[in-house]
Amino acid sequence: MAEFTLPKNSRIKKGKHFSAAADAKRVRTFQVYRWDPDTGENPRIDRYEVDLEQCGPMILDAIIYIKNHIDPTLTFRRSCREGICGSCAMNIGGTNTLACTKAIADFKGDIKIYPLPHMQVVKDLIPDMTNFYAQHAAIKPWIQTESPPPPDKERLQSPKDREKLDGLYECIMCACCSASCPSYWWNSDRYLGPAILLQAYRWLADSRDEAKGERLDELEDPFRVYRCHTIMNCTSACPKGLNPAKAIAEIKKELVGRRSL
Amino acid sequence: MTQRNARPMSPHLQVYKPQITSVLSIVHRITGLLLTAFAVGWAIWLVCLNRGPHALQIFQDLLNTIPGMLVALLAGWALFYHLLNGIRHLIWDTGRWLELETARRAGWAVLILSLLLTALAWRFWS
Repeated sequence: MAEFTLPKNSRIKKGKHFSAAADAKRVRTFQVYRWDPDTGENPRIDRYEVDLEQCGPMILDAIIYIKNHIDPTLTFRRSCREGICGSCAMNIGGTNTLACTKAIADFKGDIKIYPLPHMQVVKDLIPDMTNFYAQHAAIKPWIQTESPPPPDKERLQSPKDREKLDGLYECIMCACCSASCPSYWWNSDRYLGPAILLQAYRWLADSRDEAKGERLDELEDPFRVYRCHTIMNCTSACPKGLNPAKAIAEIKKELVGRRSL
Repeated sequence: MTQRNARPMSPHLQVYKPQITSVLSIVHRITGLLLTAFAVGWAIWLVCLNRGPHALQIFQDLLNTIPGMLVALLAGWALFYHLLNGIRHLIWDTGRWLELETARRAGWAVLILSLLLTALAWRFWS
């Protein structure tokens, strides 16, 4: 059942304020969600004033600047800083995106940074991704075949069949889309969510895969696919410009298309 | 080390930015619920119709009050919005109009058309 408010231990309190140095030239305030598992206190919003002259152009640059120069206790995931690892997915200015590919210049006023929505928080900006990864594993995201592979070469695919995977294979599993989806917020125990369904379609659309029937059997369920109501938060959030809503519509078409009249 | 505390849930509805696509989606659901409620009102109107001119007059008098007119307007708009957006959903079900820009434009079109049709219906009915 959908719970629209936050549980008692999750309500956000006012936090600390860190002022910029007096001689700072271009000051921008970052309001950052903080939660420390060791204190037993509720989450809070800390406000950090950052001199933009001192830090790089991206949101991730500002977060790293805060950790290095203002508050070393700030905890977050990051790795590649170029939008390919998906680690720094978070809610920035109200929508989910990657901190490393989002420019500070895209925002006016204070910039609010929260962890990915409706997830269990491990610490500060780090959500627990266990359920998300388990759902990914559940759709068997690998090629499944019956026929033996050709002895002298790989399983080949025509350029035209390969093109069908464009817009699907680029997904980096950052979970920006799934964590933006209200249906996923209310039903993440049973609904697979946009990221996983885009991956499910990636394997349905692969001409080399031979388990299409079984894959569709697994998806034929009132919750796993059909909690998608085309709200489209997923597609507007995707930092890679992919379209999970369309992939889900294609799955629905496959499911209906194989039914006999 | 102290015992770990129960993990909080990160904020969701409280912080997520409403967008034209998501707002129209929840409006579709709300208008659907409203139409169910208005169907009861419509059934009462039918009962009044069956009871004769006096009962019907009471119903019409109620409709001619300001709150009555507002309810009638809302019912008309809910009907047109739900109908038009339902067509948008049917087009989506065929795999079309799902590119973000198309979905947004169709959404605005549905919203504006539903208001226009409500205004038109109002003119013809009153």
